[in-house]
Amino acid sequence: MIDKIFYVLSALTIISATLVIISRHPIRSILFLVLTFFLVSAHYVLLNAQFLALVNIVVYAGAIMVLFLFVVMFLNLNEEMVEVKSYLPWFAAVISGGSLMLIVTSALEKAVLTSPQLVSNYNIGLVENLGSVLYREYLLPMELSAVLFFIAMAGVMLLGRKERISE
Amino acid sequence: MSILVFKIIYISVIFALSLVIAMYATLAERKVAAFLQDRLGPNRAGPFGILQPLADGLKLLFKEEFIPARSDKWLFMMGPGFFMITALMTSVVIPFGSDVTIDGVTYALQGTDLNVGLLYIFGVVSLGVYGILIGGWASNNKFSLLGAIRAASQNISYELAMGLSIIALVMMTSSLSLKEIVDQQAGWQWNILYQPLGFLIFLICAFAETNRAPFDLPECETELVGGFHTEFSSMKLGFYLFAEYINMFVSCAILATLYFGGYHFPFVSSMDPGLTKTILQAVVLFGKIFFFIFLFMWVRWTLPRFRYDQLMNLGWKVLIPLAVVNILLTGVFILIKAG
Repeated sequence: MIDKIFYVLSALTIISATLVIISRHPIRSILFLVLTFFLVSAHYVLLNAQFLALVNIVVYAGAIMVLFLFVVMFLNLNEEMVEVKSYLPWFAAVISGGSLMLIVTSALEKAVLTSPQLVSNYNIGLVENLGSVLYREYLLPMELSAVLFFIAMAGVMLLGRKERISE
Repeated sequence: MSILVFKIIYISVIFALSLVIAMYATLAERKVAAFLQDRLGPNRAGPFGILQPLADGLKLLFKEEFIPARSDKWLFMMGPGFFMITALMTSVVIPFGSDVTIDGVTYALQGTDLNVGLLYIFGVVSLGVYGILIGGWASNNKFSLLGAIRAASQNISYELAMGLSIIALVMMTSSLSLKEIVDQQAGWQWNILYQPLGFLIFLICAFAETNRAPFDLPECETELVGGFHTEFSSMKLGFYLFAEYINMFVSCAILATLYFGGYHFPFVSSMDPGLTKTILQAVVLFGKIFFFIFLFMWVRWTLPRFRYDQLMNLGWKVLIPLAVVNILLTGVFILIKAG
């Protein structure tokens, strides 16, 4: 049962992720990206990581993508502007995409298929267990990443401020 | 009766209840407005105007459906639907009463007891703005776009303060499950007594998140014609207006659940468990919800609308610092209590 759900979900995720890049209109791309985040969250739920699933929705679908949509709505996009005039980017894309595929297939060729490792604690994704693991075993990395975020935030504010003064 | 059948019936009942309450909230709103302005309010359709919501609904259904030329048709149609769905999704984690055991089978009066229920609510609330953004943008109208943009920035600004006020609550209850939070408040142990500041911040943010006056800037009719729903007509407009009332009902249920003891009441909590107790608990919860709905209307017809810069100043310069102070105070009190 779970296997079937996983395959259907994965197919949907890949389809909606593909639609993100083939949609002509940026607003539709963003909406498909939101859908992709939802489907990824569904994968997290399948893995019994409900906390991660909801944080993914709150942060990415709920806040970051709203800001994306917000910015794109301010742009006055016309169809002509979006269209690619030269075929040079196409060639570049085909070459870089093809070499990526080459790497992936050659890596897959060498890979040895093993049965998936069972996690020691199946309930590790639940919020209580996750919290105690993060704040006991991984306290230092956790705090360091918090400091990193704080510095990034302060930096963004500084940059935004400087621009306004120079105007 | 198997659990699955019960769940289906339960969800349908909650769905119907949300719609009926939202329907009659529109009538109640007009009655409260009339009372506060010394008028009578709608009283033609049926005794005391109780058929008024039906008449309004029928009127909206029979109005001409209008889709502006040069608008994004699909997104234009998706907007109201998305807004409605997100409004209806939240009530699934709200507990309406304690469990009942009949013939050895336990029935829970809660859609599902997620162990991250509070985060779920927060997630769905943060998605609510998509309906407004999509509808407003797809209308291809400057006023609609301005309304949509206002809605987005307002929701994001007030979500932060709301989340911070919830963090203080979670620090105290040390649980994200709504059922556990409610059961910790049995009798008179309501969270409002320990988190008055948090409650105030949450309440103000709830006004802003549901786009209710004094924060109804997205549809501000004195500046933006009709705001994000200027171009909508017929039942699409109906969905937008209606979903606002469903949002209000759900926000009131969350306020009652988080800060006012949910279904607990001093005399009801000490009763023997059974069907009577559960029914009384549901009645108590609905009493609290109706009180908050009245509060929402009272505020709407009392306070004038904020100016946009005042709204942003209140959100970023007052509520967020206050919420952070609240978290610090809560932490200090928890440390003192733990010794």
